[in-house]
Amino acid sequence: MADPMKIRANLAGDTTEVKVLMSHEMETGQRKDAQGKVIPAWFIQNVTATWNGKTVLSAEWGPAIAKNPFLSFRFKGGARGDKVQVNWVDNRGDKRSDEATIA
Amino acid sequence: MRQRIRAAVAVAGFACAVPLALAQGSATEEIEKYRQALQDGNPADLWEMRGEGLWRTPAGPKKATLEQCDLGKGPGVVKGAYAELPRYFADAGRVMDLETRLVWCRVTLQGLSEADAKKNPYGSSNRKSDNEALVAYVTSQSRGIPMNVRLDNPQMKEAFALGEKIFYFRGGPHDFACATCHGEDGKRIRLQDLPNLTAKAGAQKGYSTWPAYRVSQGELRTFQWRLNDCFRQQRFPELEFASPASIALTTFLAYNANGAPFDAPAIKR
Amino acid sequence: MDAGRRDVLKAGGGTALLTLLAAAGWLKPGEAQAAWNAAAFETHSLDATVKALGGGSAAASKDIAFVSTPDIAENGAVVPIGISSSIPKTESIAILVEKNPNMLAAVFDIPPGTEPAVTTRIKMGQSSNVYALVKADGKFHVASKEIKVTLGGCGG
Ligand code: HEC
Repeated sequence: MADPMKIRANLAGDTTEVKVLMSHEMETGQRKDAQGKVIPAWFIQNVTATWNGKTVLSAEWGPAIAKNPFLSFRFKGGARGDKVQVNWVDNRGDKRSDEATIA
Repeated sequence: MRQRIRAAVAVAGFACAVPLALAQGSATEEIEKYRQALQDGNPADLWEMRGEGLWRTPAGPKKATLEQCDLGKGPGVVKGAYAELPRYFADAGRVMDLETRLVWCRVTLQGLSEADAKKNPYGSSNRKSDNEALVAYVTSQSRGIPMNVRLDNPQMKEAFALGEKIFYFRGGPHDFACATCHGEDGKRIRLQDLPNLTAKAGAQKGYSTWPAYRVSQGELRTFQWRLNDCFRQQRFPELEFASPASIALTTFLAYNANGAPFDAPAIKR
Repeated sequence: MDAGRRDVLKAGGGTALLTLLAAAGWLKPGEAQAAWNAAAFETHSLDATVKALGGGSAAASKDIAFVSTPDIAENGAVVPIGISSSIPKTESIAILVEKNPNMLAAVFDIPPGTEPAVTTRIKMGQSSNVYALVKADGKFHVASKEIKVTLGGCGG
């Protein structure tokens, strides 16, 4: 199973800033291994972030996102103690869902 | 000397793609900006998190956690422990660096065999290393704390002296010592500045910024990995993980970094 | 988007069924597996990407900024990119790399209430123009920045 994400969510004024690190190979499908065999593509395709059940960001990614992806964005609203949840699904159907409390 | 290094380095086969011809001044500035942009959101955090999990999760034949591991400041004290390592451990009767001590704790507390505890010290994408994760977690708990390695007993003095000897020992096909590449200011290979590890500033920076997430590898690498890689660059035989030579060299370099606020896990090219 | 949807359907399998169900309103969007626009991720020009994302063409805009994005990347494996749009009704922000094997790196949908700005890190095979493509009020706008990639690192 995939390793957990590291999510930070911080309130500044009326805006919540979310920073996410994900543990993923993000293999492009363009590289070859030592035997010359193509290493199959393996990457996160969909990311969604929700706050109180409302989607605050959703994304489609290709394999050109860097290994161990980083993502940061801001949304209006959010209060200390609220939960921000982030989900991802990769091209093999592996998923991961983690949450953080707004600080 | 300079001439000799340049030639030797070429021989040593650093046949990499030629860096872009860039105006050196502005390029350095822009690369500094690039490095800055990576500081926030260092993927090393992922290793730190995994390491903390490993620390607190029962494992091994004894189904024990590492929470009672004594890193030198008493059982279970992680905060600040790395800033005082390597040190002499009376229970083991020898000087240990962090990795040696982690092996010790995994053997004594969790019941692993020494061979199992030493397995896979440097991970790759499909073979994650518990050692690297644990090192990331423990070192993160010394962030901001000044390095304070003490040569306060004969064993530590001995380890330091041996480390110093290794640092200046010339050998291999190029007759290199660590000091050949790291004994002078302002040396570089391609765009990489080679820190002068014999001067205070270089010694401090070179030690206190490891472990680091290696952008070029997408992996977190430990200080011992760095030493091992320099052994390779020097065309020396592989530095055995958690060996007396490795502990001695680490003791020499850590002591020279004393006073530097520890600043890792970091992120490097 | 349309082309992508059709592609997904053609590809068959569970995703297609879910997409179909969602499209037919049988599933609430949250319950369907999110769609992935395969066609858009196989394009080799800005125009083709805009088309695959459901637009006609993109107009150059000064209201899109690259933030905390260096001119030079020490390592192409990790290139920090920040994009911020001040175009009203920004709906989505996409990142494209002209000289990558496939141009599109990512598309971020920005719901109301979320600032039209994202920061991430991409891979670049070589020095290239990077495009920030913004969809706002149904129209596409674009800004570009050249990023040089030094190959200073060779493992080690
Ligand atoms: C052939 C030249 C060469 C020799 C010999 C060499 N190194 Fe290195 N060393 C390098 C290079 C190149 C780097 C990486 C610089 C970079 O990537 O920015 C490096 C990096 C380091 C660093 C990390 C510095 C930092 O700031 O991150 C340490 C510590 C180090 N070497 C120690 C040693 C030790 C100890 C030895 C002897 C066992 C040694 N080196 C021998 C070339 C050498």
